[in-house]
Amino acid sequence: MTGPLLQVRNLSVDYLLDKGVFNAVKNVSFNIGRGELFGLAGESGCGKSTIAYAITRLAKPPAWVAGGEILLDGHDLLGMTERALQTVRWKRIGMVFQSAMNSLNPLMRVEAQFHDVLSRHTGCTREKSRARAKEMFRLVGIPTDRLSNYPHQFSGGMRQRIVIAICLALSPELIIMDEPTTALDVVVQREILEQVVDLQKSHGFSVLFITHDLHLMAQICHRIGVMLKGELVEVGDVRQVSRAPVHDYTKRLWGAIPNLPTLGSMQGRLA
Amino acid sequence: MNAIPDPVRAATADVSPVIALENITRSFGLVHALRGISFSLVPGRALALVGESGCGKTTCARIIARMDRPTSGTMLFRGNDVTAIGSGAQERAYRRAVQMVFQDPFASLNPVFSVGHHLVRPLKLHGHVQGRKGATDRVDTLLESVGLDPILTAHKFPHELSGGQRQRVNIARALAVQPEVLVADEPTSMLDVSIRLGILELLSSIKRERNLALLYITHDIATAAHVAEEIVVMFAGQMVEWGETTSVITDPRHPYTKLLLSAVPDPYKPFVPGDSARFLQHAEEIRCVSRPTSDGVEKVGSNHFVRTLGEAA
Repeated sequence: MTGPLLQVRNLSVDYLLDKGVFNAVKNVSFNIGRGELFGLAGESGCGKSTIAYAITRLAKPPAWVAGGEILLDGHDLLGMTERALQTVRWKRIGMVFQSAMNSLNPLMRVEAQFHDVLSRHTGCTREKSRARAKEMFRLVGIPTDRLSNYPHQFSGGMRQRIVIAICLALSPELIIMDEPTTALDVVVQREILEQVVDLQKSHGFSVLFITHDLHLMAQICHRIGVMLKGELVEVGDVRQVSRAPVHDYTKRLWGAIPNLPTLGSMQGRLA
Repeated sequence: MNAIPDPVRAATADVSPVIALENITRSFGLVHALRGISFSLVPGRALALVGESGCGKTTCARIIARMDRPTSGTMLFRGNDVTAIGSGAQERAYRRAVQMVFQDPFASLNPVFSVGHHLVRPLKLHGHVQGRKGATDRVDTLLESVGLDPILTAHKFPHELSGGQRQRVNIARALAVQPEVLVADEPTSMLDVSIRLGILELLSSIKRERNLALLYITHDIATAAHVAEEIVVMFAGQMVEWGETTSVITDPRHPYTKLLLSAVPDPYKPFVPGDSARFLQHAEEIRCVSRPTSDGVEKVGSNHFVRTLGEAA
C-alpha cells in the first residue's frame, strides 16, 4: 500500500476516423500518489479528457485503447471484466464532469439520485442513503431540507456541488474532475474549488484535475502535467511548472492566459 | 459613459453616444432582472459589463439587440427615443446598426451552410453588395479582416472549423452588416484559454479600425480589462460600480467588485486547505449586502462611481 494509487503506463488511445487512425493519446505515462492533487493541462483536443475516459473505461468506439496499462493499486483496470469494473467505478474512482447541468437526472429528486448510487454499490436502504445524503449536503454546504428538490431548482454552482457530494458519498480513493467549473463564474468557481481542496485534505482522496486554465490549476494542484497533441510534454511539481517551465509549449501556455493587468501595463496600453 | 448626468463631461465629450440606456428596468414577474441601468455606448470605445451568471448582463444585451423590451426606462439611438417599436424602416436601420456576437460559437452557425453563405446573406440582405463577383470579393475581405484565410475558409462548413475559427466567422458575419455597435455576449467563455487572447485582440482592433462602439459582456473581469476602456460591474440587476477600467480595477471600492477581483485565479496564491468555510461565508455576506436596491451613488474619481449599499429589506 505504499506505491502510487494510480499508475498510467505508456497509454495510447486512438480514434478510428474515415481518413484513418487518429492518435489522440500517445504513449502517456504518469502516476498519481495517494492524497495527491494531480492536474492535467492543455488546450482543447489535446487528449486530456480522453485520458479521463480511458481511466474509467468509458471510452467508447470509435475510440479504443491501443496500448498501455492503467493500474489502480497495482491492478490493471484495462484487463478487468465489466463486472469487476463495476466495483471500481464510483466506489473507488468517482467522476465529476464539466456540465453539471447535464450530469443529474432532471426527472429525479436529488435524494433519489443519492439513493440510486448508494443502493447500487452498497445495497443500503432508503433511510441509510437519506442519512448519508444529508451528511454529504452538510459537507458541501447546502441546506439539507433541499434534498427533496429537483435539479432545476438549484443554481449551476449548487448542482456541481451536488455532483461532487454524490461522488463523495461512496468515499472513493480517486476523483476525476474534468473541467468541473468551466461553466461557472469566478466567485462560484473559487467557492467550489476551495471546498474541494478542504475535503481532499480532510478525506485524503486523490484528485485528477483536468482544465485548460493553468492559473487555476497552479492554485490547487500539487503536481501538474502539460499535454500537447496527445503527448505529455512536461510533468513536474507545481512550483517548478509555474515558475520555471522547461518545455517551450508550457511557457507559451502561460503567456496566453488573459491576466489581470497591473497598473503600469494598463496605463501604457490605454494611453 | 454618463451614468450620472455630468455637465462637465457632457460638454467636453467629443463624440455623442450611439446608444444610451436611461434608467432601464426589466422584470420577469417578481424577479427584477434589471434595476435602474444607465450607460451609453460611444463610437471607438468599448464598455465591459461584468458580473456573475444571473446578474442581468445578458438581459441588457438582449434589450440593446432588440430581442427583449424594457419594463420601464428610456433607450436612445443617436439621440432619438427608440424605446417603443418604430416603423419597419426604423427597426431595420436599428438592426443594421446593432449587431451581436453570441456566446456559443458551435450553436450560432448553421451546420448545413458554408462559411461563405453565412457572410453573403447579411451582405445581400442589407444591400451592401450586388452580383456574385462583388459578393465573393467582400467575403474575402471580411474573412481577411478577422484573420482567416479566405481561400481555405470560405467553402468550409462550420464543423470543419475549430471553436476559435467559428467565433471569428461569427464576428465577420456581424461586421458584414457594417454595424455601428457590436454587442459581444461572452464571446470567449466557451473557448480555450489559449485562444481567448487572440479573439479579444481581434475585437479590440476591429473597434479601433472601424470606430465601433463595443459592448463586451463577460463574467471574467481579467479579460474585461484587456478589451474595455470603461467597465460596469453588475450584481443582482444593479450597477454596483462603474467608470474607467484602470480606476475600477486598481482601486475597487464596492465590496462585490473586490470579491470579483479576489476570485480571479492567481497561480502564485495557492488555496490554503481549511480556508473554504471562511471564503464561502465572506462571499455570502458580500452578496447579502450588495443585493438590496439602493439609489445612492458616490463619485470617487473623475470617471469612477460606486453605488452605496442599500438597506436590507
